[in-house]
Amino acid sequence: MIEKKFKIAKKSFKSRLIVGTGKYKSFNECAKAIKSSGADIVTVAVRRVNISDKNKARLMDYIDPKKITYLPNTAGCFTAEDAVRTLRLAREIGGWKLVKLEVLGDKKNLFPEMIETLKSTELLTKEGFKVMVYCNDDPLMAKRLENAGAVAIMPLAAPIGSGLGIQNKVNIKIIRKQTKLPLIIDAGIGEASDACVAMELGCDGVLINTAIAKAKNPIQMAEAMKLAVISGRKSFLSGRINPNLFGSASTSNKGII
Amino acid sequence: MKIKNKIKIIVNGKQMQVIPKFSLKSLVVKLKIPLNKIAIELNKKIIDKKNISNIQLKKGDKIEIVHFIGGG
Repeated sequence: MIEKKFKIAKKSFKSRLIVGTGKYKSFNECAKAIKSSGADIVTVAVRRVNISDKNKARLMDYIDPKKITYLPNTAGCFTAEDAVRTLRLAREIGGWKLVKLEVLGDKKNLFPEMIETLKSTELLTKEGFKVMVYCNDDPLMAKRLENAGAVAIMPLAAPIGSGLGIQNKVNIKIIRKQTKLPLIIDAGIGEASDACVAMELGCDGVLINTAIAKAKNPIQMAEAMKLAVISGRKSFLSGRINPNLFGSASTSNKGII
Repeated sequence: MKIKNKIKIIVNGKQMQVIPKFSLKSLVVKLKIPLNKIAIELNKKIIDKKNISNIQLKKGDKIEIVHFIGGG
């Protein structure tokens, strides 16, 4: 297969790795990890300004939104109403329309609340947002999100921050087969091989936060993830051999002594 | 001269007191917040940042000022 440009809502991006900006020790470390990852999209959250500490560092002072695409998320939202309110505010900060919708259903497992997610996708799409949707790995729900106007389907590999890797490869493959939308694994990646497998399954990209930010060496892990995504993509495009239970000698028997 | 008739408002969940006819713009300036990095909600309605000089705060107003932080 020939490589195609990675496009979301008609906009092209160089890197297929999207990284989160949460959980780093400092904004400085976060900025270095982003650079090392090669990502040109980063997720960000909307929160109250700390009005009592006016000198507190701000994310935008470390990561320039003119150079890196900010993808505002709805982390911490449990209803469609909250999610829509949050993203309207995000849009107001700087005109962002490309957003990551994430409506959670329970605080323990952080699984997506899909009914509210679907409602939000419809509402936000009507308002002109380009909605990339964090969802479970259910092909039927993925189809409904697509019909509701989602610009990217982003199923979890495993619970957010769990580092468990891809738990349901079959469903991811089914979703891959049924959609032409960008398919991006979001949440649950633990190590570089997980990111590589996601790409080998035919996903268009991977979104990683905790696996980089909480690694012992986040900057090096960011590079490992970058290479894993590139490697997995090339492997997918190259067309793997058919698996076989029996051996097949690499060396010809012709001329054997 | 001490102004007696200060009004109470809520900013990001915290009570503040400002003088009557204090504008939303004056509040942002007072808090030293860069306008291009925030969004403002007044009583749950998003405010167009271009108009904040014309908005006078009233007793009991609830203001939310948000910005981007790290997130996944």
